[in-house]
Amino acid sequence: MRRHRLAIGLGVCLLVGTVLCTLWVYVEDWLPVSYVPYYLPCPEILSRYPQPKLLEQRPTELLTLTPWLAPIVSEGTFNAELLQHIYQPLNLTIGLTVFAVGKYTHFVQHFLESAERFFMHGYRVCYYVFTDDPTAIPQVPLGPGRRLGIIPIQRHSRWEEISTRRMEIISQHIAKRAHQEVDYLFCVDVDMVFRNPWGPETLGDLVAAIHPGYYAVPRQQFPYERRHVSTAFVADGEGDFYYGGAVFGGRVANVYEFTRGCHMAILADKANGIMAAWQEESHLNRRFISHKPSKVLSPEYLWDDRKRQPPSLKLIRFSTLDKDTSWLRS
Amino acid sequence: MELRDFWGKSSKSWLFLILLFVASFGFYSNVFNWIPRWRQREVSQSCEAHHLQGQRESPPLSEGDCCPDTCRVPRVPRMLYPKAHVLQPTRVDVLLMTPWFAPIIWDGTYDSAILNAQFKNTTIGVVVFAIKKYVVFLKLFLETAEKYFMVGHRVIYYILTDRPADVPQIPLQEGRRVVILQVRNYTRWQDVVLHRMEMISNFSQQRFLHEVDYLVSADIDMKFSDHVGVEILSSLFGTLHPGFYASDRRRFTYERRPLSQAYIPEDEGDFYYAAALYGGSVAEVYRLATACHQATLIDKANGIEAVWHEESHLNKYLLYHKPTKVLSPEYVWDERMLRKPPYLRRLRYVAVPKNHAQIRSR
Repeated sequence: MRRHRLAIGLGVCLLVGTVLCTLWVYVEDWLPVSYVPYYLPCPEILSRYPQPKLLEQRPTELLTLTPWLAPIVSEGTFNAELLQHIYQPLNLTIGLTVFAVGKYTHFVQHFLESAERFFMHGYRVCYYVFTDDPTAIPQVPLGPGRRLGIIPIQRHSRWEEISTRRMEIISQHIAKRAHQEVDYLFCVDVDMVFRNPWGPETLGDLVAAIHPGYYAVPRQQFPYERRHVSTAFVADGEGDFYYGGAVFGGRVANVYEFTRGCHMAILADKANGIMAAWQEESHLNRRFISHKPSKVLSPEYLWDDRKRQPPSLKLIRFSTLDKDTSWLRS
Repeated sequence: MELRDFWGKSSKSWLFLILLFVASFGFYSNVFNWIPRWRQREVSQSCEAHHLQGQRESPPLSEGDCCPDTCRVPRVPRMLYPKAHVLQPTRVDVLLMTPWFAPIIWDGTYDSAILNAQFKNTTIGVVVFAIKKYVVFLKLFLETAEKYFMVGHRVIYYILTDRPADVPQIPLQEGRRVVILQVRNYTRWQDVVLHRMEMISNFSQQRFLHEVDYLVSADIDMKFSDHVGVEILSSLFGTLHPGFYASDRRRFTYERRPLSQAYIPEDEGDFYYAAALYGGSVAEVYRLATACHQATLIDKANGIEAVWHEESHLNKYLLYHKPTKVLSPEYVWDERMLRKPPYLRRLRYVAVPKNHAQIRSR
């Protein structure tokens, strides 16, 4: 009798379980789909801006769209106030990585001070400084909502080695920490300063910057890696722009994929005993050909102060500091 | 009494049964995961959730179930094409990008080869309404769409009609199919137009979300006359109305009565968008359609109907939810009513002449 009751009880339980699960699955369908609004409506206050002029005659200007319809960001192509109203309510945190190894720690002070003045003003920012000597990193006063993380890394004897390890270190750092702390991440060189506002116009899924030395030359003259054996090889007929290795970024997940991809390519080259002509910049350029950036920054965002500023570049925002490279790399 | 005896004597076995029930519940929830249909639904929902919570910027312009805009950066194979020149804009006669970085799609600004590679595994849904006599336009629409619209990509035509029997059989290319969805009609043509948003909203949730990546809402009384491809696809796109692209914002035919939900004051407005062609990712179109439908209901409760019905509500929505791509008037044109200017190099989607009084009657 007990066994009989047990069997009935078991059957009833299974039946009830099935009914409940089926009901649950269908009820999920009935529930109104609730989405977090991805575009918060612009508050009415901001709408007092001039109407975009569709039939504008533009004199010598920069290209504004790549052939795959990614915007090329330069002064005059965007309305900073409008973008601020779109991005500010999203409560974004933007990360900024720099490598200060060996004597490059001397640049950190000036870099951070200029970033405090111009980089993503009004947003939460996390600076990640990778260094072999944490004690050499100066204390720079930071604004509210902005903080500094100093991450110790291993020093290598050759500066090329340090350069090629950056991709690996960034991808590992994202996996371990940055993916939880920031929404967007930019990876820049430390021997530079911000000279003018760098704001949410630079935010995108995957962002690259055009190298200031090659924006006006044909692709055959780009310093791509031209040896077939390298994974960074680019043939003569390939290439959109020559991107600078000193600035790249985007959404954290995409930057992770990107840096990991570059790191794998660098490892493959290492196994074949070859180092690309411009180290990680060659690999970066190779990867940007097959994984096209969703936004491209004009040379305003990566400039070399030794060059004469042409009229088409209206506002230089991030540029090099004159330095004696031989001393630094010794 | 019997019941208490029942419990008392075999309380241990009941306890055992309860534990067994809990275990089987856990087992079942895993079993449902194994069934492919359920998993696909979950994956597409989680992808949408990722898109909705993570995606903030256009994405522009990418996980196998995700469309390029929402998730990973799409990979393109080795291709040979002419290089773009940084110091040479592709067009100098027209604006190519809005102040919020949405590209304005004109001929000559994009490379179809690269874009087709980026949007390789994308399915596009086209929603058209063929209510009452408008079924007569279906044949020309579908035939020209087969020639010019998203050629080489997977397309599903969703034909929302009250007369399924009148839908013509058009031979379709590979990877393209027609889905006929029965809907009700309304006596007044204004009501037909106003309820389109409601129908799109409902079907987005029920069907489109699981079947397509992008959704395009198109007017039926038009035909395709030139290439319309993946260059239009993004999270949310609108088209510049051919009658107002050169007008000052005060002359836009926005709804100007403050009582209406579609009200836009005279000092606001970027463009006047045409309701004849708009779209985006399914999630964004769903949001747009739901918002417009709710605005319509509120207007109805207040006894007002927006001056251009669905188009007025669409313009209000796109003013406060900026589109991530804007299509030039090449994408919606009326040859009889407008003289073609020189900067309009192609006419891709044009109006078909019709007798308004006749077609809108019973």
